[in-house]
Amino acid sequence: MSSRETILNSIKKNRPSSTIELPNTDISHVKYRDRDKKFATTLKSVGGDAVWLEDKSVDEFVAENYRDLDVIVSTYLEFNGSTKDANELETPHLLEDVDLAVIKGEFAVAENGAVWVKNPKNHHRALYFLATRLLIVVDKNSIVDSMHEAYKLIDFSRAGYGTFISGPSKTADIEQALVIGAHGAIEVCVLFV
Amino acid sequence: MGHPKKASKFVANSKRMHWHDKALWFVRERRDLATHQLDEWEELRRVASEIKTHTMDRLDYYLEEFEKNATQKGLHIHWARDAKEHNEIVLNLLLTHGAKRVVKSKSMLTEECGLNPFLEKNGIEIVDTDLGERIVQLRKEAPSHIVLPAIHLKKEEVGKTFEEFLNTQKDNCDPTYLTREARKHLREKFLTADASITGVNFAIAQTGGVVVCTNEGNADLGASLPKLHIASMGIEKVIPRLEELSVFTRLLARSATGQPITTYTSHFHAPIEGGELHIVIVDNGRSDTLSNSDFKESLNCIRCGACLNTCPVYRRSGGHSYGYTIPGPIGSTLGASRDLQANRTLPFACTLCASCSNVCPSKIKLHNQLYRHRQNVVKAGLLGAKKRAILKVSSWVMKHPLLLDFVGLVVRKVVPILPRSIVYSKANIWGRGREVPKFPKKSFKELYKERKK
Ligand code: SF4
Repeated sequence: MSSRETILNSIKKNRPSSTIELPNTDISHVKYRDRDKKFATTLKSVGGDAVWLEDKSVDEFVAENYRDLDVIVSTYLEFNGSTKDANELETPHLLEDVDLAVIKGEFAVAENGAVWVKNPKNHHRALYFLATRLLIVVDKNSIVDSMHEAYKLIDFSRAGYGTFISGPSKTADIEQALVIGAHGAIEVCVLFV
Repeated sequence: MGHPKKASKFVANSKRMHWHDKALWFVRERRDLATHQLDEWEELRRVASEIKTHTMDRLDYYLEEFEKNATQKGLHIHWARDAKEHNEIVLNLLLTHGAKRVVKSKSMLTEECGLNPFLEKNGIEIVDTDLGERIVQLRKEAPSHIVLPAIHLKKEEVGKTFEEFLNTQKDNCDPTYLTREARKHLREKFLTADASITGVNFAIAQTGGVVVCTNEGNADLGASLPKLHIASMGIEKVIPRLEELSVFTRLLARSATGQPITTYTSHFHAPIEGGELHIVIVDNGRSDTLSNSDFKESLNCIRCGACLNTCPVYRRSGGHSYGYTIPGPIGSTLGASRDLQANRTLPFACTLCASCSNVCPSKIKLHNQLYRHRQNVVKAGLLGAKKRAILKVSSWVMKHPLLLDFVGLVVRKVVPILPRSIVYSKANIWGRGREVPKFPKKSFKELYKERKK
């Protein structure tokens, strides 16, 4: 017998037959009167920043706020300030020097400061984690209250990769002291347009 | 060596013990703050517990669904009966891909399987990339906590370790400095790795993908650079659909550290371009636990670590005192289910305060399980001779009310006039580190009778 069968048979033999139905996950839950504010304060508390862009382009915002950076890469189509095209690169390892990645976020979640990032057009997902700074551009009308709404917007009927990013990478593994910037981005800004 | 012996080493340094206790209590308090912000917290726990129970009771169905859907998406599924088979599957994958250098993110399952020493023996360099795990790996120690692997160490000790292995500045133990140095050191490892290994927090049957949650980004970085990604999961990690994640992602980080969510919650439903994603599904004794209605609930665990942080015994005895891969209340019940003989002292590393059951996001009644394991330890004749004798005598005394009254009277009269050297003699293990309280003049029974008059 293969291991697969052995395991499945053992489960079949041992498991009780349940009377518990799969519960409804859409329970009544927190709603925020001001989702923008909740998102911004939550993101702040996990080390990130939220900015609402008014009468300015993303290009201008980057030019003003990220000076003197050598390598800027973008998967956000409306942005023109890239210094190289990530998708052209043969291997993701070549993204190691990226100072700023301007990427597209699908929507933001007020309760936890997270942004859903899933972009089939981006060839190297390593970009999200190798870049020293992340600027995530999100439509300002796309903020939901909680993960209950969030998962209604997520679809994996096809193969792919997606991640929630909530602030910069961090660790507290040395004496519980919070240090921003573990292996991923050291700075994260969510830009609402 | 059982838990009491190992714990006694830890408590010998009382300053350090209190420091450890406080550090974990701080995490527990952060959890409380986070959970109190949600009115629906208890409702979330109820739903989580029902999802898990439902899934475990149909586990074969959901695993087959998962396999079918993952295969359809181009992922490769492997099945391992035990630790040995798991390790061989992993080694084989590495060898056929010519992988010599491997980066690994946190996975208690690979700890349980003893993967690192096995791969090293076979000439593979394996680097733990979670900062805490890297620290303990360099020190040749085991993680002492499932979420905070190096919680037992002081920053000075970490500084010394880094001085030795990463050539950091002498006596510099600033956490930010050390973290930055580790970042540099591990970047190099990530960029030169031939393969990555990660754990799995959730496997989704409906969509055939796996979810990994980290704060450091190490799992993601590892899984997005080399072409080969191997993810190891226990059979109990599967959940029915994507929407169940709305419940678990809300519970996990809040319970673990008080964060509203982990920094990264990554959904892998494809390998990187031109790469391969292999998932190893491991049983290693889990399916046996399913048949035991007393203990099957322990499979509902989502490894948040909250029960460790809150446990008065864990906080004061440290993770290494348990001698089992997973310490704390959940580890004690899992360990006892796995091998009662070897882990017979663990169910007693518990005050039955039930704090663990109260914080558990999956509502596992951990203290009930430990209580039942104790009974099994006694039934199996695994209790130490001294404890057995004490229990025998006390149960005999308690069954005879007149005798109990008499013994109580004698103790109340005699103990206070005995010299300390006798009361706290070697035979009184209870008296080590504890003071006998002042005895009342009258017993409860006597007081009760007087009141009634
Ligand atoms: S038993 Fe419950 S509290 Fe303990 S680690 Fe598992 S899920 Fe968390």
